[in-house]
Amino acid sequence: MATLTLSAVKKQFGATQVLHGIDLDVADGEMIVVVGASGCGKSTLLRIVAGLETPSSGAVLIDGRDVTRLEPADRDIAMVFQNYALYPHMSVFDNMAYGLRIRGMPTAEIRRRVGEAAEMLEISQLLDRKPRQLSGGQRQRVAMGRAVVREPKLFLFDEPLSNLDAKLRVQMRAEIRRLQKRLGVTSLFVTHDQVEAMTLGDRLVVMHQGRAAQVASPMEVWGTPADTYVAGFIGSPAMNFLAASISDAGRSASLKAGPTLPFADGARAGADGSTITIGIRPEHVEHRPDGADALPLAVELVEPLGSETVIHGRLPGGESLVARLPIAAGHIGETLPVRLPPEAWHVFSAEGVRLPARAAVPA
Amino acid sequence: MRKKVIFNGVALPYLLLLPQLVITAVFFFWPAGQAIYGSFLREDAFGLSRDFVGLENFADILSDPNYLGAVWNTVIFSSAVAFSALGVAIFLAVQADKAIRGSGAYKTLLIWPYAVAPAVAAVLWLFLFHPQIGLLGRFLNGIGIPWDYKVNGNQAMLLVIIAAAWKQVSYNFIFFLAGLQSIPRSVLEAAAIDGARPTRRFWTVIFPLLAPTSFFLLVVNIVYAFFDTFGTIHALTQGGPGQATTTLIYKVYVDGVQNLNFGASAAQSVVLMAIVIALTAVQFRFIERKVHY
Repeated sequence: MATLTLSAVKKQFGATQVLHGIDLDVADGEMIVVVGASGCGKSTLLRIVAGLETPSSGAVLIDGRDVTRLEPADRDIAMVFQNYALYPHMSVFDNMAYGLRIRGMPTAEIRRRVGEAAEMLEISQLLDRKPRQLSGGQRQRVAMGRAVVREPKLFLFDEPLSNLDAKLRVQMRAEIRRLQKRLGVTSLFVTHDQVEAMTLGDRLVVMHQGRAAQVASPMEVWGTPADTYVAGFIGSPAMNFLAASISDAGRSASLKAGPTLPFADGARAGADGSTITIGIRPEHVEHRPDGADALPLAVELVEPLGSETVIHGRLPGGESLVARLPIAAGHIGETLPVRLPPEAWHVFSAEGVRLPARAAVPA
Repeated sequence: MRKKVIFNGVALPYLLLLPQLVITAVFFFWPAGQAIYGSFLREDAFGLSRDFVGLENFADILSDPNYLGAVWNTVIFSSAVAFSALGVAIFLAVQADKAIRGSGAYKTLLIWPYAVAPAVAAVLWLFLFHPQIGLLGRFLNGIGIPWDYKVNGNQAMLLVIIAAAWKQVSYNFIFFLAGLQSIPRSVLEAAAIDGARPTRRFWTVIFPLLAPTSFFLLVVNIVYAFFDTFGTIHALTQGGPGQATTTLIYKVYVDGVQNLNFGASAAQSVVLMAIVIALTAVQFRFIERKVHY
């Protein structure tokens, strides 16, 4: 158990800058999920922490000790790989015991630890098998077991669930979370799946083009995304972005789609007429059968999901809007009255950075 | 998915197989049959008559000290060739696999010797190790190590081993490199994170995973050393000095072609045939069962 600190970690491959200086402080026992689209540098970041890559500059500290130039073997970490990376020629027992044997642990102690871990992961009956005789979920458990027996300072997970089918993924996700809480080992979990990120992480690092776009708890990331990238990445279906401009001395936004509505949480800095982007999540779009404050949404696609309906449509200005309504409503070609409540707005500058309210509006 | 082709009738499939069957029959079954038949016969000194002598030829060669000497030479020669060719190849493959810059060039260069004909390869080594005109031969003599493979039997054996192994390294290299590249990088990374240093990683992960490849190559190399090294030996030492580098295959040639003792030569061929059949059988059975991952 340990803390992890990254300071200004940069990485270049040839002329390509993959990481532009990542800073991160992970508390003891915390589970951090690094999430981002493929190619954002999240795996490189994990591999730098593991010691499989060397950063071009910056430092990695585990428990306050600078490990930037140390071999993976000297970092006291364990990693679970996407393809599990089990040793194909060894039994499950030997796979789990490999790291302990290298440390010269007595055989009795190895047996005890592997036995306990196998018990915990419910793979005791598989100890004599070879990896090729196991199902995907079982291999996943063995890979977890191999990490657990080492009792390392740090767990690193490199998209460990992405090779599993949907049902197993949900199950293993819950198990990893339970295990990590129970063992209290500081963990770094890399994924491209926002649901995994939201459900697993104490905090998220949302990566975008080699930068940490936002580091915050899942609900903060969801509730106050730092920029349009984070806002669009977290949440499904993705947030709607509507063009608008500041008006009424910063107190209102004129939507390209038509109405000018006052900000619910206070005025914004910026001259009247300057461009902004209003973000609104599909689940916050309201259906207004009575037509009050409503915009006409021309329905183009209806996705009924049982408990709710996802409607893709177009607003008067031609912008597309996705609405997630808690009712069975709409059919293609119909015009649906919808309201975009200002309380649910996310306001971003022209550059896509979150634009906070200057001051709260007196009630 | 392999598609199963359905023929109407048997004529076309047999016709398609015919060229291969003819080649096998003419170049393998016919001479093999001749050898087996010849091994039971003995010719008189002038080649005028042949008598059926049963297993006498076999009894003769097995009690001939020259033949037993050739057996011993073959054991030394083929095990030395196989192990050095495998050892050097696996070392080179590991290094070439590691190299990031110019790995393509290394690989190409390392594969080239395979394209060199055995006799040409032998001449190359001859020019290196000839005591009077060879670069290394002169050098060895120059620094006071008496080197003359035409006189010293052990040096002759060493030279044919080097020349024969050198040619086989390329072949092994290709297989080892393919084997190495089929080991997922993440498995090695997992071992590194588990605390294994490079040497330990090699012996506990890489080498076991290459074991099926190594075993296959071991058999191929032994077969190579038994049969395909005739040209190398012939060009370098002609089996000499004395009988020092006469292996079984070379003795078949000496007895049959030079001494015109067809019966003995045929019996030796039959023994060699039995050995290669046994090796192949072992290989097939082992590979079926023992591919352990």
